[in-house]
Amino acid sequence: MNGLTRGSAAIVGAAESDIGAVAANMSPLDLMAQGIHRALEDCGLKLRDVDGIFCAATQARTSAMSLCEYLRLPGAYTDSTIVGGSSFEVHVAHAQAALAAGLCSVAVIAYGSTQRTVGRRQASAREYNPYETPFRPFLPATAYALAASRHMHEFGTTREQLAEVAVAAREWALLNPVAWEKQPLTVAEVLAARPISHPFTVRDCCLITDGGGAIVMMSADRARALVKPPVYVLGCGQAITHASISSMPDLTVTGARESGAAAYRMARLRETDIDVLALYDAFTINTILFLEDLGFCPKGEGGRFVSGGRIGPKGSLPVNTNGGGLSYCHPGMYGLFLLIEAVRQLRGECGARQVTQAETALVHGNGGVLSAQATVILGTQATV
Amino acid sequence: MANAPASPLGTYLAHLEKGELAYQFSPGANAAVFYPRMICPITGSDDLQWRVSNGLGTVYATTVVTPQKGDPYNVALIDVDEGFRMMSRVEDIAPLDVRIAMRVQFRVHAAEGDEPPYPVFTPAAGTP
Repeated sequence: MNGLTRGSAAIVGAAESDIGAVAANMSPLDLMAQGIHRALEDCGLKLRDVDGIFCAATQARTSAMSLCEYLRLPGAYTDSTIVGGSSFEVHVAHAQAALAAGLCSVAVIAYGSTQRTVGRRQASAREYNPYETPFRPFLPATAYALAASRHMHEFGTTREQLAEVAVAAREWALLNPVAWEKQPLTVAEVLAARPISHPFTVRDCCLITDGGGAIVMMSADRARALVKPPVYVLGCGQAITHASISSMPDLTVTGARESGAAAYRMARLRETDIDVLALYDAFTINTILFLEDLGFCPKGEGGRFVSGGRIGPKGSLPVNTNGGGLSYCHPGMYGLFLLIEAVRQLRGECGARQVTQAETALVHGNGGVLSAQATVILGTQATV
Repeated sequence: MANAPASPLGTYLAHLEKGELAYQFSPGANAAVFYPRMICPITGSDDLQWRVSNGLGTVYATTVVTPQKGDPYNVALIDVDEGFRMMSRVEDIAPLDVRIAMRVQFRVHAAEGDEPPYPVFTPAAGTP
């Protein structure tokens, strides 16, 4: 029970900023503003229509304050909730609530990062944790590697099955003109790549790129007056099970179980009703865990489930059609890009990678080290 | 009300200085609490007792970090017998040979310069 009403709000505009490697001296705020400009153009609205700012960035400690200054929006309703990469899925629920309560009428959710340009350490400084830092975990990779070790131990998940996730992402990326990676990838190449944190090689880990973007949300009533078909928010859910990996209750079960269940309940849908998936693939184990915890296969079966190209372009379940954090773009907090791709799929704008008759999309954001899970279910007019 | 004489971390480190692995026990929850806190996250009570572990545990999860410079090293999560989990490192064994379910024994990694002492583990005697 979260108090939100199925289909009461819609995403009306969506756009990436420049992504990949951006121009020298570009700031995270520059990328947010560019994304907002493009997202507003996408739906035919103007900057002065915006009265709600939702944003998160690791390089801007008070990002909503900075963005209100940059855009000269002194009266905007603001929310800079930050729970890692899933912040933007959380923002969707918060924006839906704010729209319903009349706190704003045109909400923008924005993100920007120049992680590749300034370096990962500079973009996202790690807090000292006296119970973890002395052991020099290479975070976040080490945390996810620990989860992978446990999944392999309990369920017999193999190194090759993890690699299948990276290969499927790469195959999708080759269909996306703006994806960072341009060359094919094989399971053997994933296994032979540079080791990072066992069992992961660098090909099990998300990219380190620059990038940003924005989406625009309005109440469903007002959304229908715009040029493009609205993409309705059918369900939302979130669960925060821990912050540090040593406090995760069970390394093989994520909070996606709770966030997914809440989103399905609100949407009055189940996994068999979903046409296209966007799952936060910071590491190859993520996709396997989320497919299990969101009900697409039983617990422990994720490795076998992704085998044989099932989640790739020629497979039966389309997952991460933009190429994902593994092969398309990953500027540090990837959650906004999941939403952008889902909107495009539901509008039929995806060209070579378009999923036929996509009416429903499940977006699953992940923040921290499997810590903050947030699920959003989106649908076309036909689903409302 | 007087301020607390010691922080949770301060008490934990003071035990490590004496060669002890300390944790908190919540009588209300009848459960171990780790990392050390001001209140029990299960009951919400500030009634937390300090106890010293016998130092035996089991590897719950393990990885080997390959840094850009320097040798690969182990990072593990250890389930300590008294009922709490912690991050640590298993030493005296090749990092890739650390196995889930392996029994391990605590020892102190002594303070060095500004770095406080911290707990590490070694394979327990009698482990195959």
